[in-house]
Parts: sequence; C-alpha cells; structure tokens
Amino acid sequence: MRPRTGPRPNVPVTIDGVEHQAYEGETLLELARRVGVRIPTLCHLEGLSVYGGCRLCVVEVAGDRRLSPACALEVTAELEVTTQSWDLHEHRRRIVELLFAEGDHVCAFCVSSGSCELQDLATEHDVDHIHYDFAHPDQAVDASHPKYSLDRNRCVLCTRCVRVCDEVEGAHVWDMAMRGSQGRIVAGMDQPWGEVADCTWCGKCVLVCPTGALSFKGRATSEMVHDPDVVAFLAAAREDGEWLDRKADA
Amino acid sequence: MSAETAVDETTRLRVATAWLGGCSGCHMSFLDLDEKLLDLAAMADLVYGPLTDTKEFPPNVDVTLVEGAVTNEDNLELARAVRSNSRYVVSFGDCAVSGNITSLRNSMGDPTELVRRVYVDHPDINGHFPSEVVPALLPHSEPLHEVIPIDVYLPGCPPSAERIWTLLSRLLESLAAGEGIPDLTWRGPEDLRFG
Repeated sequence: MRPRTGPRPNVPVTIDGVEHQAYEGETLLELARRVGVRIPTLCHLEGLSVYGGCRLCVVEVAGDRRLSPACALEVTAELEVTTQSWDLHEHRRRIVELLFAEGDHVCAFCVSSGSCELQDLATEHDVDHIHYDFAHPDQAVDASHPKYSLDRNRCVLCTRCVRVCDEVEGAHVWDMAMRGSQGRIVAGMDQPWGEVADCTWCGKCVLVCPTGALSFKGRATSEMVHDPDVVAFLAAAREDGEWLDRKADA
Repeated sequence: MSAETAVDETTRLRVATAWLGGCSGCHMSFLDLDEKLLDLAAMADLVYGPLTDTKEFPPNVDVTLVEGAVTNEDNLELARAVRSNSRYVVSFGDCAVSGNITSLRNSMGDPTELVRRVYVDHPDINGHFPSEVVPALLPHSEPLHEVIPIDVYLPGCPPSAERIWTLLSRLLESLAAGEGIPDLTWRGPEDLRFG
C-alpha cells in the first residue's frame, strides 16, 4: 500500500480491542491493512473502485446489529469493530461454500489451482467439504479470443474484470448480465469475446481474476499465475507520472 | 473375520479402504506412504480394499477411507455397506468430498444419453447398451456425504501421502488410546486444500 502524505491520521478507531489512528476518509479495510490486521477479501482489489459484492470482509460494528463490509465502511471517530469471531468465521465459511456450490469450481483440473483466491479462502476458513447441494450449472466457456479464455463455470462474479477494463484500461469490454443465479459476465454486447473490437488484448482482466475463470490460453492445470497487484502498481505509477518524459519538462 | 487378523484381534485396529467413482489416484497416493506402510501395518490390519483380495466388506472395521463419488448402483451399495460396518468413515479425496471430475456429468442431465454416446454411438462395431458387469449409472453423481454420514473429510486430488499420514496416524493413535476422533484441524505445509 502506498504511504500517504499530508495530515497525520487522527481518527481514533478500535479494531479488535486495539485503538488505531485512521486517516479521514479511509475505509476500515484500508486502515486494517495499513496496521497489519488481516480481513479476508475476494472482490476487493486495491486500485479499483469498491464493489462490496462478495461480503467476505464483513465485520461486526459495535452498536449495529448488521454486519458491515470493511471495504465500503468509511471510518468515523470512535468506531469500534471486531474482525475475528466465531460468527464471522462461520459467516465467511458459508459464503465460500456457497460460491463453490454455485459453480463448477473443480480445483483438480483448474488452470489456477495453487494460484486461486477462492481455493485459498476455502483453506483459510476450514472448508473441508460443501454443506450445500451443488448447482452444476451448464455454463458456456468462451474460447473465441485468440489469447485468452473465459470459463464461466469458475466465475464468482467479483466484477474485477469489469472494473479493471473500464477504470484502468478504459475499454469497458466486460459487463454483468442477468441477475441472481443467472448472473454472468458478458463481453461487448453479449458477443463472443473474440469478436469484440473494443478489446485491446491488454490482459488486465486475466491478471486480476481471482479464480480460473479468466486465463491465458495454452495453460494446463496449475499453470496459470495471476498478478492482481498489477492494478495497484499501475495506479501508483500513473499518480507519480512515471511515464512522463521528465527531461522534456525540465 | 479371523483369517486376516492372525495377530491378537481384540486389540488390533481394523482399517479398510473402498474405491467408488474415482480414478484410484487416492489409492496410489495411499501407496505413496512408502515406508510409513510398515508403521501402518504395525498399528492396524488392512482388512478390505482394492489392495486386498476380500470380496465382501467385512464387519467391525474401525476406520474406512472411501475414495470416489457415488456415481453408480455398485458405489451406492458399497457405500452403505461401509457405513454399516465401520466406526469411522473418512471421505477420502476430492471425488468423495465434492464429486469432483466424476460429477462433471451432472450438468449434462440424463446419464442415458451419456451411456448411449460412449457405448452405442461411439464404438466402430457392436455398439450396444451394457446389460451386465457395468453397473447402471445413478441419475446424479453425488459426493459421499450426500449418501452416508461422514466422520472426517480429507480433501485433495489426490490428498498427498503426507496429508493422508497426518490424518491416519493421528486417528489411529487416538483410537488405540481408546479415544474418539482427535482435533483434526491443522495448519502448516499440509493445509487441507481442494485440488
């Protein structure tokens, strides 16, 4: 995470009984990461807009019966939260199990096995089997792009690809279509990805995908390694003007 | 149940393995226990499984590792026999735990079409529906816990020999000491993990 400049943090926030000073406008997740408190996330990615869709980062807020997503919770003075409890662990474990039950995430032959955030979350939350019935949806694989492929059976609808394409690459190839269990990622106007002229082939969507839904073609089981940190790197480099010709300015 | 337990059968633990709808990779990984198999032999008798020549699932088994999803009628029958005759049943590997590759057929619907394609349409000669030896497929391929109650889950495709030994040695030591299932949540290089 980038070091901040400007005024010192002065918003007192208590996380798991320990008081920290937060910056004004900071989210609880940003604060937690800055001070080294682990809160699990899936849809969130530093450098992209906040989506708050996966609910894995939920925390207990003192005085509020509802759980709040840390990624979208802006700090306020005297905020008091709990990030680890039996209830939260159970809640997060169920989310992970439901994600597994909803798709066909068969780790055994997944390109991303070993480099998959969903697989890691299952391990972190002691998911040793799925309590729910598997939906076994018959989702289409889109291999029409010359370089990349999309396996919707492995998609968790985190919308990282949608956001990175729109917000960082500026191409807006990806969108969400339909709702609920019918929800799916579509390219262009629900076209085969390879036919979408707006796609610049930059591959950022593939790099940020947390699972094996988006991958480089030609990768076999466990051979796909994602690089979601590329977004934070790009955002920082843009802010610092790293690509500007400084000599010309001088 | 005396033939295979020549040693003092009142104290020897009885371990079995079963192979349902899986590729036998979990059993291969079991064999990868290598020299640990000697330790296992010192602790327990292996009374049933693809590695023994016993036809019927024996009674009074302490621990049974069950590999594979429940995908056909034979699997279902054996799974039920395992449950009736075992104190503890371990769902052994991703197919048993989650259905895994064996259950990919579920999204294709009616298995009759699948069988037609493989046995009737595909062969160059004499294509016909199998009527003997090959057991009929169930409408859906299910994880083991959908069919029988499970005591311990051991995911992995396959679970590594180290992971199998971590579970099996702790479980057998606990049973030998007259205790039940030990605390099996563990962290470290052999984290429980799918795939």
